[in-house]
Amino acid sequence: MTDNVQSVGLPDERPPANTVGPIAWLRSNLFNSWYNAILTILVLALLVSAIPPFVGWLLVNAHGFDSNSTVCRQDAGGACWGFIGEKLRFIMFGMFPWDEQWRPLLTIGIFIALLVASCDRRFWKPWFGLVWAAGLTLVAILMWGGVFGLTYVENTLWGGLPLTIILSVIGLAVAFPVSILLALGRRSDMPAVKVLCVTYIELIRGVPLISLLFMASVMLPLFLPNGVSVDKLLRAQIAFIMFAAAYMAEAIRGGLQAIPKGQYEAADGLGLSYWQKMRKIILPQALAIAIPPLVNTFISFFKDTSLVIIIGLYDLLGTAKAALSDPSWRGFYREAYLFIGVIYWIFCFSMSKYSQKLERDLNRGHRR
Amino acid sequence: MSQAMSQGTKPKHTLSGEEIIRCTGVNKWYGEFHVLKNVNLNVQKGERIVVCGPSGSGKSTMIRCLNRLEEHQKGTIVIDGIELTNNLKNIELVRREVGMVFQHFNLFPHLTVLENCTLAPIWVRKMPKAEAEERAMSYLKRVRIAEQARKYPGQLSGGQQQRVAIARSLCMSPKVMLFDEPTSALDPEMVKEVLDVMIGLAEDGMTMLCVTHEMGFAKSVADRVIFMDRGEIVEQDTPDAFFSNPKSDRTRLFLSQILNH
Repeated sequence: MTDNVQSVGLPDERPPANTVGPIAWLRSNLFNSWYNAILTILVLALLVSAIPPFVGWLLVNAHGFDSNSTVCRQDAGGACWGFIGEKLRFIMFGMFPWDEQWRPLLTIGIFIALLVASCDRRFWKPWFGLVWAAGLTLVAILMWGGVFGLTYVENTLWGGLPLTIILSVIGLAVAFPVSILLALGRRSDMPAVKVLCVTYIELIRGVPLISLLFMASVMLPLFLPNGVSVDKLLRAQIAFIMFAAAYMAEAIRGGLQAIPKGQYEAADGLGLSYWQKMRKIILPQALAIAIPPLVNTFISFFKDTSLVIIIGLYDLLGTAKAALSDPSWRGFYREAYLFIGVIYWIFCFSMSKYSQKLERDLNRGHRR
Repeated sequence: MSQAMSQGTKPKHTLSGEEIIRCTGVNKWYGEFHVLKNVNLNVQKGERIVVCGPSGSGKSTMIRCLNRLEEHQKGTIVIDGIELTNNLKNIELVRREVGMVFQHFNLFPHLTVLENCTLAPIWVRKMPKAEAEERAMSYLKRVRIAEQARKYPGQLSGGQQQRVAIARSLCMSPKVMLFDEPTSALDPEMVKEVLDVMIGLAEDGMTMLCVTHEMGFAKSVADRVIFMDRGEIVEQDTPDAFFSNPKSDRTRLFLSQILNH
């Protein structure tokens, strides 16, 4: 009878040797079947054939930042970083007056500092809005000038990275609250509000961003009375805000739909008003759920700012293209696009990484 | 059906006689489906009522009409002197005074237990935060869960969550508490801890309407048991009379189904 009862616990044993360690890892992950083995070998062969030439072009045979185009053209085996060396300030700041380019540089610094600080949830307080307002005022003073002894710089001369950042950060910051209202409106019980929001969202989503930008830059002035003109940059900014708001509204609606009916009922049952219920109960949960699609919109929107080139604004991509039109540097497009590609990538990858962290933080402790 | 009421009801404790809920001729339809048929119900302050009946009989719908989570289409519902109409202000006023406990708890998962309890007092009753927290802690203590106040609902068991949900409602100092099958979603071993809390509330004189299948609870604390079937109140009586001497065939059938198995 006592055979069925284990009176003393069994000792812990080590797992069998062939199931742990690097060999086992290789076996289970790369060579666990004959077709995976073939795939592994093929991929390895591809990497071996592709990486050395690329590294050779990128670094080994490349000409340094101080090289000039004549040298590069004679020995074309590697990248010519002299292009970046010479055109760096033009690509970064566009046609901003040369001696004043510390101003857009400082602008970039201010934006990055504000964005990094905003990532910390301890700063998600109403007073931080004032910090942003102060930062943006400073940016406006720096970019436009005309006060405190700074020379006035027309915004048609703005370009490069500051322009990309201004368009996307201000665009997203204004579009976000608008998109929340649109998403709530789309789910509203009031027919008029609902129809208005649905029409707006579907209209904007139904046309390409380029046509919106054209509309803002070409058509809008036709509708305005004589003598009234809206700044070109502002028109592009408004077009971006309208576009981003429609897309973000749909991402947020997805989050709203994921909130169980019981949450609404519990909030109603406690006597909360509609706005209290949304602000305290529904939106905090819906926005947390909507983070992945929202960040997706943020990222594609950040890159879409490069479309402003078609209405004659020179963002980062625009200045790189303009730099390539210099006769002595014609043809060095690989260096140019790789360089700005890396800049875009750093911004987009940071957003993606941060959103993953935020998702983890917001979900910690309260999984349903 | 209303005669049964007038003859049979003898409350277990003395009631003030003051009326807090009066439903007259309440009807409701879901599309073509007639869910509530001419429901008349008066509740006195301090009265404990258990509503039972087969599933789909309209019992949940009826108590959900009492705080306007469902809208009735005909008849009048007056709660504590305020009639429930489309007037949003009135609806909010009634909801402040009527607490509701749901089958699936419906705690707010992004807030801690304490925040769940203080949210409505702070925002609806405009109570200072410190006072709201102090009161919340006293109610959490009363439902014996004060030590979990800083946790999130997802970290608690079902029984614990339901006790928090009860505390959350109590924090608004409601005049009436509605329970919509509060123990139906719980594992069997957790039913008792929730019922104990509800019995405690009943003994303190809270006006309660409770949709439940816990007949033991009905026998021990209810002043009146209401039996609903197919959208109407079929029979209502004191628990003693209701269980020992049901008058309607439908009641007898229902009781035989739930009591003998």
